[in-house]
Amino acid sequence: MDRMTEFRRIVDQPYVYLQKLKNQNGKKIVGYVCSYTPEEIILAAGAHPARFFGTKQQIHLADSHLQSYSCSVVRGVLEEGLSGRIGFLDGMVFPHTCDSIQRLSDIWRMNIPFGFHLDLVLPVKLNTSSARDYMVDVLKKFRTDLGRALQADITDDALRKAIQTMNAIRESMREIYELRSRTPRLMSGADLYTLVRAAMIMDRERLAGMLAEMVSEMKAKIAGAKEDGALKRIVLAGGICNHPDIYPMIEDAGGAVVWDDFCTGARYFAEPVSEEGDPVSGIAGRLLRRVVCPAKHAGLDRRAKHIIRLVQEHNARGVIFLLFKFCDPHAFDYPDIKKSMDEAGIPVLLLEIEDPLPGEGQLKTRFEAFLEMV
Amino acid sequence: MSEGNSEKEKRKIKSEKKMRDIMTAYYIDAKTARQNNKKVAWITSGGPVEPLIAMDIIPVYPENHGAMIGASKMGVDLCEKAEKMGYSNDLCSYARSDISCATVNGGPIGGLPEPDMLVCCNNICGTVLKWYEVQARYFNVPLFIFDTPFCHTEYTKEAKRYVERQIGEYVAFLEGVCGRKMDQDRMKDVGRVSFEGQKLWQEVLDTAVHKPSPMTAFDAFFHLALIVTLRGTQQTIDYYQGLLAEMKDRIHAGIGAIPREQYRLLWDNLPIWYRMKWLSQKFAEHDACLVADTYTSAWCGAMKYIDDNKFLDSMAEAYSRIYLNIGVDEMAKMVIAMIDKYQVDGFVLHSNRSCKPYSLGQFDIQRIVEKERNIPCLMIEADMVDERSFSESQVSTRIDAFMEIIKDRKKGT
Repeated sequence: MDRMTEFRRIVDQPYVYLQKLKNQNGKKIVGYVCSYTPEEIILAAGAHPARFFGTKQQIHLADSHLQSYSCSVVRGVLEEGLSGRIGFLDGMVFPHTCDSIQRLSDIWRMNIPFGFHLDLVLPVKLNTSSARDYMVDVLKKFRTDLGRALQADITDDALRKAIQTMNAIRESMREIYELRSRTPRLMSGADLYTLVRAAMIMDRERLAGMLAEMVSEMKAKIAGAKEDGALKRIVLAGGICNHPDIYPMIEDAGGAVVWDDFCTGARYFAEPVSEEGDPVSGIAGRLLRRVVCPAKHAGLDRRAKHIIRLVQEHNARGVIFLLFKFCDPHAFDYPDIKKSMDEAGIPVLLLEIEDPLPGEGQLKTRFEAFLEMV
Repeated sequence: MSEGNSEKEKRKIKSEKKMRDIMTAYYIDAKTARQNNKKVAWITSGGPVEPLIAMDIIPVYPENHGAMIGASKMGVDLCEKAEKMGYSNDLCSYARSDISCATVNGGPIGGLPEPDMLVCCNNICGTVLKWYEVQARYFNVPLFIFDTPFCHTEYTKEAKRYVERQIGEYVAFLEGVCGRKMDQDRMKDVGRVSFEGQKLWQEVLDTAVHKPSPMTAFDAFFHLALIVTLRGTQQTIDYYQGLLAEMKDRIHAGIGAIPREQYRLLWDNLPIWYRMKWLSQKFAEHDACLVADTYTSAWCGAMKYIDDNKFLDSMAEAYSRIYLNIGVDEMAKMVIAMIDKYQVDGFVLHSNRSCKPYSLGQFDIQRIVEKERNIPCLMIEADMVDERSFSESQVSTRIDAFMEIIKDRKKGT
């Protein structure tokens, strides 16, 4: 089975994969919903971190716990829990991010019978010394809490090893993104989407090996490849992207996604953890430095500047914002980011995204019109 | 059915006029702060205001402003303006109306006085963080974020250390903006006065335990303004002492808040500001009195954590453990305690599109209440300021049906 097929299978049937991982390797599976989860600590406990993105099924059970004005990720994840479809989980961890995930954590704790439940109440501001100290403190507490829940001894050595694994994954992912940015035809957008998504689900050791191989192969291929000047290079921005269909639509309209600012994309692998000194402080350092989710505060213009930098570095012609319906932090940021883009002369297309997507025809027309313009 | 004018006059709370006068004077003060060389800080409703009072900084509350916008039915217009600025109509209507109001100086009082600084405490929601970032960019003034880690099940020692450190940072921030030191003795006095004010406010709310209740939750929504905006001032104490005396007089004279109190109800979430009068009449027509609510008691709900002699130190925990910064199960416990204390026959929950931390979890609270106290519950879908999310006929029908259930239950017992 080639690598992409393996990734695709994992993404199509994540529960089959995770269940198998659990049965065959005796791995304890720890679920999460937010990219601020310190996966290294879960790995160091000998467990397996797996991210959940919502549901592919109809939502009905969650409707008696969450109002219709909460986002489909929060409602979808609860649906998966209430239906028992992810009953194989040994536990679920909730880093504090937005108001909706905050309440999802409570509702999960009160209603889901299987597995342990852990809160990781991260700081909301990231740019003061007391917040930095608190970040280290809560991660240490999380290490203790998780060790207790999994009945595992989380040693510094295990943490260092997990950090190396995760850093290798991050470095390979960054390289793949970079190579694709140079030559987008090396890998379709849909494949890139599948790859990043599989990375958040599958065994991290195996992933690290596969990614390293992919990087060497791509490097060999790129040597003779020519740049395609006609492609309209686009950066995608937003929170969670659950829609692989968007990539081929953009490609069919003559565009190519060369980078993104999604927490299910480039934010997931942004910034390595320092391999020097205390491992928990290193993990904290990464979470503090990493490009922010808008539910966190690290200054007034970090995100706008970051997206403009992405456009410049990757020579993109425009930005498509996917604004996830009922995602308040992103919706609050959008007008200011749009203003910054306008000032920088960067064209922007805004799409308000709901699960499921609007009809393909409608989206295609909008992409075509936008790509025509840039 | 309708009562005569003299009866109505008797039922009217006399302190109301004084309250309006105080609030008018307060806003005039705030709007003329510049001429009087005073600084203005915008602060969130759950934020630690006492250090501002101690520093002679005038606190201004965009959320109180939002409530005024809602009550004067100017919300839809201002929300639509914000939407034209690019803000999604799913965002908090306080935030939307305040953000657009700042650019046009509209609303019932011609806009708030411009801030010299912003103080944002996220103990009520994450929305205020985003809202204050928007305003910090717009007004280009310093922003202090008082970060109170959420207490799902506990106030951890890690959080305690973090929040306590921020008190020092907060004072240093204020000293920096004002260019002078805080008077520690003054701060102690303000702390004691704040605590005293909270105690009095709780006593005012407690008078609703009496049957018939001398006040309704709708009255509480109105008289709340001082404990929110002028907490820590002597004026607040004086006012609530007067209000408390009036409530006690009403109890002695047997004056109830509504003509015939047959049924007692508890309200959850923020008021529906643009339909206060309609709702209060609607319930009164069913002889139902909303005697208490989870919202107005939030400003005195964390008193047990305050040491009034060491206010500044103890406020870390008090501000971290307010009603909205705790887990849903903890909130349900407080709801049940209120049901018992005020002896209510039913529970009305406002599912408020604008407020996720308050509203997500209400279904679970409702189930816990039904299970543990077996009283009828009604959930009303609405929004605190944006009338477009309110259907009067639908809400009216649902209230009628809910009251029928309560009446039947009462007959049966």
